Amino acid sequence: MKPPDRLRPALHASALLVLLAFPFAPRAQEAAPVVPDTLRQRIAACTACHGVHGEGTPQSGFFPRLAGKPAGYLARQLQDFQNGLRKYAPMEYTVRGLSPAYMREIADYFAAQQVPYERSPVPRLPADALARGERLVTQGDPDRKLPACQACHGSQLTGVQPDIPGLVGLPYDYISSQLGSWRTRTRATVAPDCMAEIANRLSAEDITAVAAWLASRELPADMHAQPAGSVNPPLACGVLGAKEAAR
Amino acid sequence: MKLLSRFLVAAAVVAVLAVGWLLLRERGHAPVPRADSAVSAARLQDPALVARGAYLARVGDCASCHTAQGGAPYAGGRRLPTPFGDIPAPNLTPDRETGLGAWSFEDFWRALHQGEGRDGRLLYPAFPYTSYTKVSRDDALALFAYLQSLPPVRQPNAAAGVGFPYNLRASLSAWRSLYFNPGEFRPDPAQSPEWNRGAYLVEGLGHCNECHVARDALGGLPKQATLTGGQIPAQNWYAPDLGMQANGGLQGWSEQDLVDLLRTGRSARGSAFGPMAEVVTQSTQHMDEADLRAIATYLRSLPPRPPPAAQKPLLDTSALVDAGGKLYADRCAACHGKDGKGVAGVYPPLDGNSSVDEPTGVNAIRVVLLGGFAPLTKDNPRPYSMPPFAQQLSDREVAAVVSYIRQAWSNHAGAVQERDVAAYRHTPVD
Repeated sequence: MKPPDRLRPALHASALLVLLAFPFAPRAQEAAPVVPDTLRQRIAACTACHGVHGEGTPQSGFFPRLAGKPAGYLARQLQDFQNGLRKYAPMEYTVRGLSPAYMREIADYFAAQQVPYERSPVPRLPADALARGERLVTQGDPDRKLPACQACHGSQLTGVQPDIPGLVGLPYDYISSQLGSWRTRTRATVAPDCMAEIANRLSAEDITAVAAWLASRELPADMHAQPAGSVNPPLACGVLGAKEAAR
Repeated sequence: MKLLSRFLVAAAVVAVLAVGWLLLRERGHAPVPRADSAVSAARLQDPALVARGAYLARVGDCASCHTAQGGAPYAGGRRLPTPFGDIPAPNLTPDRETGLGAWSFEDFWRALHQGEGRDGRLLYPAFPYTSYTKVSRDDALALFAYLQSLPPVRQPNAAAGVGFPYNLRASLSAWRSLYFNPGEFRPDPAQSPEWNRGAYLVEGLGHCNECHVARDALGGLPKQATLTGGQIPAQNWYAPDLGMQANGGLQGWSEQDLVDLLRTGRSARGSAFGPMAEVVTQSTQHMDEADLRAIATYLRSLPPRPPPAAQKPLLDTSALVDAGGKLYADRCAACHGKDGKGVAGVYPPLDGNSSVDEPTGVNAIRVVLLGGFAPLTKDNPRPYSMPPFAQQLSDREVAAVVSYIRQAWSNHAGAVQERDVAAYRHTPVD
């Protein structure tokens, strides 16, 4: 907030008075940096790559966006890196000694960040490939036991609280590489790992089509994850709790 | 010339194997059935003994190696990288087929004290029986009682990834004749009980020597070792000199600084990171104050070190160091301070930090590349962290900033080179 111009001389004068009033005030120790006691300051190891607000690197998709993803989902990913279910050495190293409580706090921080979504590059695909992507996302393929993405990730594809992430607003490279890493087992989670089952039923062409269709979709006005209980998942998923896992 | 040296190497290998075979002939023993054990089943279930064993297992940090990433505690499976191959830590839970369920205390004692498996097979010294041999029989019994109290987990042991000739029993036998002195710790009557307790913990169950003493080409530790520090083979971290007197790595540390580091992961002198962060989180933070003070008492008695030889750099590194100074001001000073003094309790000082000054530079290089959190402990449940710079700085820039901090303020260590950074950038982070 800028002060009105007519107040400036008065402000300058009062600043001078303050200086005159404390001529012998000790000089702040030059080199002792002031460290804010905030979570944001504590997690510099996270924000160096994922951004201070978890914005990630939307242009490349290399460092995923964390902002606004459901907290349960984010905490689960930290746990999966810690347990070696998700494989990426720098992440495994960074989270190896963290407690469940601290990981949850970090997950809550990024889940609460509100950052506008950015478009990222999408490869040009023939119309029939995009149509195939749309079909898989919205209807699935019952012949191959492929449920629609919407069946779990919500009718708006913005995710469902507290454990299911959104799929819109993600870069093409990110979606296709995650589906690929379920197939190469560099990304896994607690059994039953329903996404691993689905990814292994997809062909390479399916993955391209789904990722391209999702990444090129217009974003809904409300990007928040839908409330808990908005979906009735058709597969048993370990990440959705023991009840689902036991089914 | 080349032919001659090859012949000599071959002759040496044959000689070592022959000696090993001769030594081996005298060995071999059968397991002691549990029914024949001198220790009754009821004794092993004594809750006080089990509780003491739980504490001692923490002191020995057994779970750290004997637990796979994400695996059941003590069920084994973590692979220890060594220059001779990967060695998986076995299952210590009392499962009858895959763990220690059929073991008697006598079998366990022989493993801990003599480095021999239940069937008389010689164990790889990745299992630090070179240190554990000093553990007293009472403590070994408590450890065994604790391990036998764990829930049994069925998890078969993996095969060691060790190739010829290290996979031969004769090689191990020869190695033991060079480097292994079995024998319980003998207190020094000239020293205080506290000193003796510290020495017992450091040299025995704490197995500090296994990292903080430089190993030779055969992976052996010198017999008269005083924790002068060394690079941990295959893991590529430098375990610093633990001497607290003149020219020691911990020169200038108070007893309290050391106790702080072991209990909280941080101190006025530096923070634990890399493998030591895990040691603090899993082991030392759980130790009694008296035991931590005993360790400090012992380390304070380590002899002074000779002053470092004046280093004449082979290359003019002043341009590199200058560039590093600019990078430091931009990227590091906001937390570690222009004066390298850090922020008490938050960011460690770099001035006079034994991990900055250590001889190789590997620690500073890898910390700059990897960043990471300070150890999470009861006293520091929400640690601050350092950003990883692997994605932001080139090999040359990392070499520059590390060379700068190694020579700034009161530090007088050698510059590091770009090619060191290139090599350590790709060291697997276990």
